[in-house]
Amino acid sequence: MAGLHPNGPKPARLTAGRIGLYAFLVVAALFFLLPLYTMVVTSLKSMDEIRLGQIFALPAKLDFSAWVTAWSGACMGTVCVGIRSGFWNSVAISLPAVVLSVFIGAVNGYALSLWRPRGANLLFGLLMAGGLIPYQIFLYPMVRAMANIELYNSLAGIILVHVIFGLPLVTLLFRNYFVSVPEELCKAARVDGAGFWRIFFEIMLPIAVPMVVVVSMLQFTGIWNDFLLGLVFAGRDNLPMTVQLNNIVNTTMGERTYNVNMAATILTAIVPLAIYFLSGRWFVRGIAAGAVKG
Amino acid sequence: MPIKRKPNLAATIALLPTWFAAVAVFIGTMAWSIRLSFTNSTLFPSSTYVGFAQYSKLFSSAKWLASLQNVLIFGILYVAGCLLLGFLLAAALDRKIRFESAFRTIFLYPYAMSFVVTGLIWQWMLNPTLGIQASVRSLGWESFVLDWVVNRDMAIYALVLAGVWQGAGLVMVIALAGMRGIEAEQWKAARIDGIPVWRIYVSIILPQLGPALAAAGMLLAMGVIKTYDIVVAMTNGGPGNATEVPAKFIMDNLFGRQNLGLATAGATVLVLGVVIAVAPFRYAMHMRARAKGAA
Repeated sequence: MAGLHPNGPKPARLTAGRIGLYAFLVVAALFFLLPLYTMVVTSLKSMDEIRLGQIFALPAKLDFSAWVTAWSGACMGTVCVGIRSGFWNSVAISLPAVVLSVFIGAVNGYALSLWRPRGANLLFGLLMAGGLIPYQIFLYPMVRAMANIELYNSLAGIILVHVIFGLPLVTLLFRNYFVSVPEELCKAARVDGAGFWRIFFEIMLPIAVPMVVVVSMLQFTGIWNDFLLGLVFAGRDNLPMTVQLNNIVNTTMGERTYNVNMAATILTAIVPLAIYFLSGRWFVRGIAAGAVKG
Repeated sequence: MPIKRKPNLAATIALLPTWFAAVAVFIGTMAWSIRLSFTNSTLFPSSTYVGFAQYSKLFSSAKWLASLQNVLIFGILYVAGCLLLGFLLAAALDRKIRFESAFRTIFLYPYAMSFVVTGLIWQWMLNPTLGIQASVRSLGWESFVLDWVVNRDMAIYALVLAGVWQGAGLVMVIALAGMRGIEAEQWKAARIDGIPVWRIYVSIILPQLGPALAAAGMLLAMGVIKTYDIVVAMTNGGPGNATEVPAKFIMDNLFGRQNLGLATAGATVLVLGVVIAVAPFRYAMHMRARAKGAA
């Protein structure tokens, strides 16, 4: 960059710098893709082929039996029913938990930003503190309290726990969204005689649809990927997929069936991945919005 | 500024469930846990107070001390690694690259995966007998060693590697969004002054991304203290205590070893750690907000 040529010819398209740039990106892409490639390839191999120790080699012939086993026959301890039940448990946990937490979060954000009843700031501060504090300090008393109201080890219990622990983030995102809504809109509706709930359902919720989508995606992937809360609160019959996956893979009995493990791993990741691939733009926006937290 | 108005009954009622969650769950259970940490509770809660005995027991436990050291090493390297790699990726993608959206997708997809899945994949790749090591050796490089998950000295770095793989894309997205928000005028001015591109990124772009990167770093750091799933899935704390972390120590004592007093003491220490880490940051934000409000 010694000379300055504001009107001169554009630099040659492929300079050393450009080549270096692409080389960096390609190497980085390989690093990020390698685990996914390995998972897919391994899941399609037979155990005999896996024992050869050539993790990157393509399978000699496609063998989908590991996928079938992972879905409906893999063992967790002594029970061999596959990860299928975990899949449906995760669905049954995630859907209601997402709907409930997004609804409550939207109401919270709306009330906290546009109505500001007494103590609003205190409540918001408490929620933010609750969101920062490690779960471990809440767990044991929560277990006891849930047991007392007979929700421990139940589907309703794990859903409730997810809703409660989701409140800080969901409320924060909706509050930040509603803060940018002009207050006049709310005032005009009040002059017209609309109350708290009517303004919410007829004006604010429709305005907030983009945020609802973003928050739902964030909450869904967050709850689907949860391990700790599911492990502690769900109970044997409702264990989410992540917990079952860990039980399948880290089971101590017999030889490790790596092909089945990898197939089960892909199956566990497939729903959040599908959400990400199908609506990447929303996902990115949600992450960027979530990052404003703090 | 909002006008003072009469408190609205409907709004107050709508917030009641959240008040309940905040006070009963967040405050109430925390107070309960802290109280337990001063008792000699084991399997069941006890009301015999023992002062700081659980804390002194905690800090004379080699496992707990190792877990603190591990989480510190992991946390610093993981956050720094994610920030550095994420920023580099964002800067590279910002250079009018072909297939930008494909690259972006590739760098971000791990973030959609759970820590359990991430831990399991990397455990498999780093498995010395069947993973990358075996593969490279079979190509003829017999002395190649990549046995991080079973090596005491390296296992914690295996966790860092997996963590950075999962989290760098988040930083990239945030940094790239920030870079796209920077005005073209600044670029033109810098180019006319003949400043090399890398200097522009380091001296002009990076400072402006400061708040966004700080937020991303904060987000990752909050995850560090909760680090649990990835350890369980990848190394289960081993070999030895090499990847033991506080969150896992607490869980093991809470549900596995039935050592309530010790576990809640550990959890209390973690909460104190968060408060100490967050307080200066919040204070700075608060002061900045006030300064802005006054201006």
